Amino acid sequence: MTLRRIALALAAPVCAFAISIALSSLVLLAVGTSPLEAWLEMLSYGSRLETLVETGNRATQLYLAGIAVAIGFRMNLFNIGVEGQYVLAAMLAAAAGGAVDLPPILHVTLIMVVAMAVGSSFAGVAGYLKVSRGVHEVISTIMLNAVALGLTGFLLRSWLLDEADTTLNMMTPEIPPSGRFPNLNGVVEGLSREITRGRELWGFLLVAILVGVLFHLFLSRTRAGYDLRATGLNPFAAEASGVHPSSTVVRAMLLSGAVAGLIGLPEILGDAHKYDLNFTQGLGFAGIAVALIGRNHAVGVGIAALLFGWLDSAAPILDVVGDTPREIVSILQGVVVLSAVVAFEVVSRIRRATEARDAAEATLPTVAATDGSPS
Amino acid sequence: MRGLLRSSMVLRWMLAALGLVVVLSIVQGLARPETTDLLSAGTAESTLRRAVPILLAGLGGIWAERAGVVNIGLEGMMVLGTWFGAWGALEFGPWWGMAFGIAGGACGGLLHAVATVGFGVDHIISGVAVNIIAPATARFLSREFFAGRPGGGLTQSPRVESVGSVDLPFVSGGDLFGWTTPDLFGWIDDQGWFLVSDTAALLSGITQSVSWATVVALALVPISVFLLWRTPIGLRIRASGEHPVAADSLGVNVYRMKFTAVVVSGGLAGFGGAFIAIEQTGIYRENQVQGRGFIGLATVIFGNWQPAGAFLGSLLFGFADALQLRDRTAVHALLLLIGVALAALAIRAVVQRRVRPAALLAVASASVLCWYAVTEEVVSELPPITPHVATLLVLVFATSRLRMPAGVGLRYRRGQE
Repeated sequence: MTLRRIALALAAPVCAFAISIALSSLVLLAVGTSPLEAWLEMLSYGSRLETLVETGNRATQLYLAGIAVAIGFRMNLFNIGVEGQYVLAAMLAAAAGGAVDLPPILHVTLIMVVAMAVGSSFAGVAGYLKVSRGVHEVISTIMLNAVALGLTGFLLRSWLLDEADTTLNMMTPEIPPSGRFPNLNGVVEGLSREITRGRELWGFLLVAILVGVLFHLFLSRTRAGYDLRATGLNPFAAEASGVHPSSTVVRAMLLSGAVAGLIGLPEILGDAHKYDLNFTQGLGFAGIAVALIGRNHAVGVGIAALLFGWLDSAAPILDVVGDTPREIVSILQGVVVLSAVVAFEVVSRIRRATEARDAAEATLPTVAATDGSPS
Repeated sequence: MRGLLRSSMVLRWMLAALGLVVVLSIVQGLARPETTDLLSAGTAESTLRRAVPILLAGLGGIWAERAGVVNIGLEGMMVLGTWFGAWGALEFGPWWGMAFGIAGGACGGLLHAVATVGFGVDHIISGVAVNIIAPATARFLSREFFAGRPGGGLTQSPRVESVGSVDLPFVSGGDLFGWTTPDLFGWIDDQGWFLVSDTAALLSGITQSVSWATVVALALVPISVFLLWRTPIGLRIRASGEHPVAADSLGVNVYRMKFTAVVVSGGLAGFGGAFIAIEQTGIYRENQVQGRGFIGLATVIFGNWQPAGAFLGSLLFGFADALQLRDRTAVHALLLLIGVALAALAIRAVVQRRVRPAALLAVASASVLCWYAVTEEVVSELPPITPHVATLLVLVFATSRLRMPAGVGLRYRRGQE
């Protein structure tokens, strides 16, 4: 029974990935390039240490984004607004970090707290609108995304610009060394060889792992996490058993926003040390994809983040070698998402059908027995 | 069609339009030395041009949601429309571009329909997936088809021709059988009569050099109303969106209705995308949709799931868009307009004796007017977010008046409750 469940659970993502590979190979064949060559090229480039370091960095951000989305998804709450929340939070956190000078650990803590508070309060608006005015969170977060991006541009341009900067690049003042996150190069180099090309494995990876562990513990070991899951599975049953629906919604949105606030920090604390126009955007939407493929589970999201991170980091080689367009990787990612959700849907239907049949078989003798007994 | 032309309804619309012109005219009078662009032929023309893609996305949203399918993939379908529109225009000419844009968007719609209706995947999730796939596809296709051409590249196409435009004869100096008719509205506009000239300017703007594609897009509003509310298939589509189980019990093929509506929805969004590429910019450029699909979604709510309402919403959002592009100071005057509009709403609330909304609106109005008074120029980030803020406000303050199709967003499997 358990074995079959595991097989079913694994079948969906594996099928989805196989279908996506097949589809994108067909696309490549259609435009006249060799798919096999492209995948092999990506595999050989992707297994180099530098690419793996890059993968780890990218996956760190994707993982945080995925968890932020997953917190909402676990109770059927769609936080489409992760995108806006993390950009606004990262900008304000970078500005706060650049404005003060504190002892090392305190400084980083301050930046993280600011980012989480901003993300959390911005997501909280959507939560509040949902419980107080019945505004669906999908619509409100889509609208708030635009507001957040507008606000980011406005605040950056009018108040938070670096006065000393003479270039045209709009950026916040640089964060002093005390507010930076150490990298993990020492650990990696101890295990393998020296990392070249100036690549650094951001230390924020550890924070992301911690967030994942906390997410799992929160859902499985706390009352609030249980309420959240129960509401997601059956809101009516949850409410009947004493779960307060509105406070659960607001709490989930606040938590989701707080994690969303962290998404931009690996980059800011580990590499850029400021918010500027080169800041990576679009991670919020990628996070939705990662959460969907990872089934909103701490480990699943991690695997999905690593997969997407690796695809992102290994794709650039296609520009250098051969004539395969690297955009095929983005198409691959998009198709993985769609085929994964379809596959999950089909698998869950199969599972429901087998469970119903098993239940029918299990109750059959009892029914027969009760029929035979005198009533 | 009779319902559409009911005299009371037409009268109400005309009164509303007249009221808007009066308010605009007064505000323009107040803001005269600062800007003259609030109510000019150019602004009206630009408003219409900016409104069309939003309108088409909104109509697309209405088609899908009337059939009970939430379509946040509109954005991605518009992206497909921009790419296929530009490619078709480049290869075969602008009208073919429009056709290819529609087909490209419809493909996105088909994908969404297969996932949501065929497999029963959550509508939001499928929409997000479409929004991820579409830009990637466009980028990939650009590299294959545009890169290497003169002016084309990874992120843009060579320039494309636009479809022709038309001046209305007699009122805007259009040609009639080779004879140039007088430009009546232009003449009145030049006279500088209060209100009359302003109205003429507005009319001149929307009747002069109107793209044929705009004409088609505007015609789609009554056509959508007619198809959805006056034909048997429209009734079936709406029934599938309101109560699919009941529709099924009456012999409606709910799956087919939903499929049709979502594909039409994608086609409309694709048309909107093609319009952006071919008519607005004359070029395909990456990210040129810029969230208009989402704004289209906003007009669906803003317009209470009615095509006419979506049209009004798209004009409003197009106006904000047009002002910002034309004249920075006009945006500042827009604050005055918003302030006056809020004050009017506050007075209406007082008349209706709704105390709390009245107080809130009065405070909002006063603060906007204060903002107008103390600042010289408004922040440039404000106009792009007005549609989003307006939609949030509508959702917050007018939820009780919104009436969305009852079955929107619900998964439907035949034979299951």
